Amino acid sequence: MNSESASHGESGLQTTARPLAAVLILVLGLVALILAAAVSISVGATDISLDTVWNAVFHFNPDLTTHQIIRELRLPRVLAAALAGAAFAAAGAIMQGMTRNPLADSGILGINAGAGLMLAVCFAFMPGLPFISLMLFAFAGAALGAVIVFGAGSMSRGGLSPLRLVLAGAATSALLLAITDGIAIHYQIGRDLAFWFAGGLAGVSWEQVRLLAPWILVCLAGAVALSRSITLLSLGNDIAIGLGQRIGLVKAACTLLVLVLAGASVSVVGAVGFLGLIIPHVARYLVGVDYRWIIPCSAVLGALLLELSDIGARLFNPMAETPVGAVTALLGVPFFLYLAMRDRRSS
Amino acid sequence: MKSTAFSHAERSRGIRAARIMGIMLLLVVVLFMISMNTGVIRLAPLDVLRTLSGSGSDNQELILFQFRLPRIVMSLLIGAGFGLSGCMLQGITRNALAEPGILGINAGAGLVVLLYVSSHAVNGSVFLLPVLSLLGAGAAAALIYGLSYRRHQGVSTIRMLLVGIAIAAGINALTLVLTLKLNPEQFTYVQTWLAGSIMGTDWRFVTALLPWLVVLLPVAFAKARILDVMNLGDFTATGLGSAVQRERLYLFAAAVGLAASCTALGGSIGFVGLIGPHLARRLVGPQHRQLLPASALAGALLVMAADTIARPFDVPTGIVVAVIGAPYFLYLLAKSRN
Repeated sequence: MNSESASHGESGLQTTARPLAAVLILVLGLVALILAAAVSISVGATDISLDTVWNAVFHFNPDLTTHQIIRELRLPRVLAAALAGAAFAAAGAIMQGMTRNPLADSGILGINAGAGLMLAVCFAFMPGLPFISLMLFAFAGAALGAVIVFGAGSMSRGGLSPLRLVLAGAATSALLLAITDGIAIHYQIGRDLAFWFAGGLAGVSWEQVRLLAPWILVCLAGAVALSRSITLLSLGNDIAIGLGQRIGLVKAACTLLVLVLAGASVSVVGAVGFLGLIIPHVARYLVGVDYRWIIPCSAVLGALLLELSDIGARLFNPMAETPVGAVTALLGVPFFLYLAMRDRRSS
Repeated sequence: MKSTAFSHAERSRGIRAARIMGIMLLLVVVLFMISMNTGVIRLAPLDVLRTLSGSGSDNQELILFQFRLPRIVMSLLIGAGFGLSGCMLQGITRNALAEPGILGINAGAGLVVLLYVSSHAVNGSVFLLPVLSLLGAGAAAALIYGLSYRRHQGVSTIRMLLVGIAIAAGINALTLVLTLKLNPEQFTYVQTWLAGSIMGTDWRFVTALLPWLVVLLPVAFAKARILDVMNLGDFTATGLGSAVQRERLYLFAAAVGLAASCTALGGSIGFVGLIGPHLARRLVGPQHRQLLPASALAGALLVMAADTIARPFDVPTGIVVAVIGAPYFLYLLAKSRN
């Protein structure tokens, strides 16, 4: 029975979960992530051999410059990329499941733009704010973006259709970006802000990683804990209620997770878009419809993809780093187009 | 008997529309006057009149004729151009949310101008800009049109909106990469321009924009009937004898031309093409013969008002327009049924 419906899933309509594939992806994904992290540490303005990387991590010698570079510059960068990638992808998976919208992504839905606006406000009016406060402001900004988008979307008569949500997201992003631009131009912080907004992993410090990690890890754990409910929500509100879910509570909890995940990541790596769009689709394609598997797999694959994008951005032009957000957009735009066009064809 | 009653109704609606447009024109004139007074340096109305009649101080003449007037004229022309372009796009796609900014046309024009600025000096030829940005906008528009085209179905609106958003996101990513490579002077120029500034405008900008509007405005008005017919749906329009797909392509090209030339000289100002036609439709109804000029007037009013607000604060006009426009867009979205 199980294999029969699984083979049915291959033909387009997926109705089952594939735990075996999921476990495989988690294991292979983690191995690939570690490899990618090692490569990411070794490439850059100074190339460092993988041997040295190994030694720097496990037999640290403070007298060697290469070990210093690895410890102080590259390790935090790699860790931040993994954390932010996992967070963006998990946030995307939660949103797609909760809203039943295949085009949901924190970048498309204006959440990143909201966090960006609040950071611009911080840069302009309260320069020198400690990082922890920056992060809290970013959460508030993310919430602002989400409230506008979902508010406008859900006030409408026809409910939240994917198109409506995307349009509301585009308009909200335009609004928030315009205000951000206004602040940037008026206070002449445009260039700093642009570098940060474009998605920069270059200046990540240990302190930021230390502050970022607990938020993201706790939220990821929370997402996994809620994943059963998210699966039920993804079947539709009526079914979820019928199966005993308190959907208001679950949705509120999910929204909170998304805001913290996206807001925290934006405050460290900038507004990296499209990760949350691509990865959950890939994960769903690979492991089926159960969010208990989709969310952890998304987190691992998201971490891997951001790590790879970061490597790609540095290889593309080692001296002047290409913003990693541009790399993810390069991957994400064709994917978004594919989804948008496929959706129309099937309906 | 019936036909006379019908034509009578049409005539009375035409008279009403003419009256409304007269009021709008009057508002444009009033706003023009107010706009001449405001700015970082205020000129009292009497001073403005004195300067206009040629007896003001040199300083006042410089401010009024070299800085303020070209900027006001530009915001009027740009607003009219965007309003008209949006009205045509909404007519073609039969979607009330279609707009040059949302459809990625502005982003395409912006990218090309950025390329030009980053490879040349900041103050390159003003007259080359519209041509270049037409190339960029045309390429973006062709891409969007091509990707949302299906054989036997033509262009579906929803697909077009989604594709437009995606293309705009892609172009914006490229734009970002390029802007980071600019030196600080170029960066400030580009950022201000991208945000939709009519700052730093002089009469050359007006002379560069005017020919485009002079050519494309009559084209738009000549096609008013066809836009009306298209509103009835493709089947009916074909049945009434219009070559729908071909006409749509012409109109699309004209709309892109308008938006591109306005973007090239005024910067990327979104939402005007959306709000202008909407206000116009509320005021004069859905007939394009009245709707097109009313959209142009509404667009001009909007941009002039935004520019008047923006000028004392020294922020780009496009930002004020977005702050007014985005909430209106969300409101429309919430109201629309599907």
